[in-house]
Amino acid sequence: MKTDELILALSADARPRGPSLAVALAVAVTLGAIAAAIGMQLTLGIRPDVLAALGSPRFLFKFVETAALAVVAVRLAARMSRPGAELWSAEVGLFVPALLLFTAVVLELASVPEAAWERRLVGTNWAVCLMAVPSFSLVPLGLLLWALRRGASESGALTGLVAGLAAGGIGAFFYAAHCPDDSPLFVAVWYTIAIAGVAGLGALLGARILRW
Amino acid sequence: MTRADDTATAQAASRSEQWADLMRSALNGDAASYRQLLVALAPVLRTAARRILERAGQGTGDVEDVVQETLLALHLKRQSWDPASPLMPWVWAIARHKALDVLRRRGRRAEVPIDELEAVLADTAAADDGLAGHDVARLTQSLSGREREVVEAVYLSGASTKEAGARLAMSEGAVRVALHRALKRLAAIYGGGEP
Repeated sequence: MKTDELILALSADARPRGPSLAVALAVAVTLGAIAAAIGMQLTLGIRPDVLAALGSPRFLFKFVETAALAVVAVRLAARMSRPGAELWSAEVGLFVPALLLFTAVVLELASVPEAAWERRLVGTNWAVCLMAVPSFSLVPLGLLLWALRRGASESGALTGLVAGLAAGGIGAFFYAAHCPDDSPLFVAVWYTIAIAGVAGLGALLGARILRW
Repeated sequence: MTRADDTATAQAASRSEQWADLMRSALNGDAASYRQLLVALAPVLRTAARRILERAGQGTGDVEDVVQETLLALHLKRQSWDPASPLMPWVWAIARHKALDVLRRRGRRAEVPIDELEAVLADTAAADDGLAGHDVARLTQSLSGREREVVEAVYLSGASTKEAGARLAMSEGAVRVALHRALKRLAAIYGGGEP
């Protein structure tokens, strides 16, 4: 086939099919969040003292932190899927959840006596956290990777890793509604480990799925 | 920088603008604009591919493979271009990705700075590189019989899916679907992956 023949064939297929990258990502985030919420409610359930907990800044911080991570990571993954796009401004976004977490940890260390640090860090439920966060993140991760296939990442592994951070953020957001451990020390250790696991899985899958 | 360089750069910039307009029309389904854009891009991509392969110490026998793979990738990934942003950085990034892909499959590594590709656009010699005579038999041979028929009917009909449908006794919609599938499969086969 000559190149001009290929061009004729391509031009006959001009109109794009299916949703744009932005629409596909919006669908993935929405459906992923719904799946994680249902998964959480069916397995663990919202903690019984949730109404009282809503008055606690520590409890609320978990949602702010995980939502911030999900938002900036989805934005970065989208940008990474557009060849030639400038990445810097989206990469800087990752500092937002990192700084939030750092600040919360410093405040916690300052406001809680040293003797209580260990108890707060270990918490009561870390094993469940390490299981549940990745589980609730699986559907969001799958949907995000499906959406990102509409894009063209220069590195599938890196984009998959960022998608894993986003999915981990979504999973952790809903786990937080069950999680009885509210200390930022607990979040900084166990949520981070759980989300890092999802990010690693995202990198492994992304390297295969996002190839083009 | 000399005045001639300035003029070449300005021309390249206005050409990029025009091409971005064509791509916006293409994304709205305008086949004629799309064809005009791809015809204009092909020689530029050819020059860029030749430079990359030469830099990697490869023969230029694969140039047309890289050009066709890049055109397919531009096509299948065209929704990854943000219509609010300039077109050419996106084109260069895809061209580079595909050229490096070809080199990787041959076990070569190469660095390709985007700036170097930008220079191709200001290079007037690039525009003289015609389309004629570039033939890659591997491409159609790798398609199954029915898919090949559809692709061939479309280009024999001068990109009219309606006429191609008449040729194959298929509806226009069926031709469009089959064509899209065939192009996707072509890219998958080309990329060395499974279809």
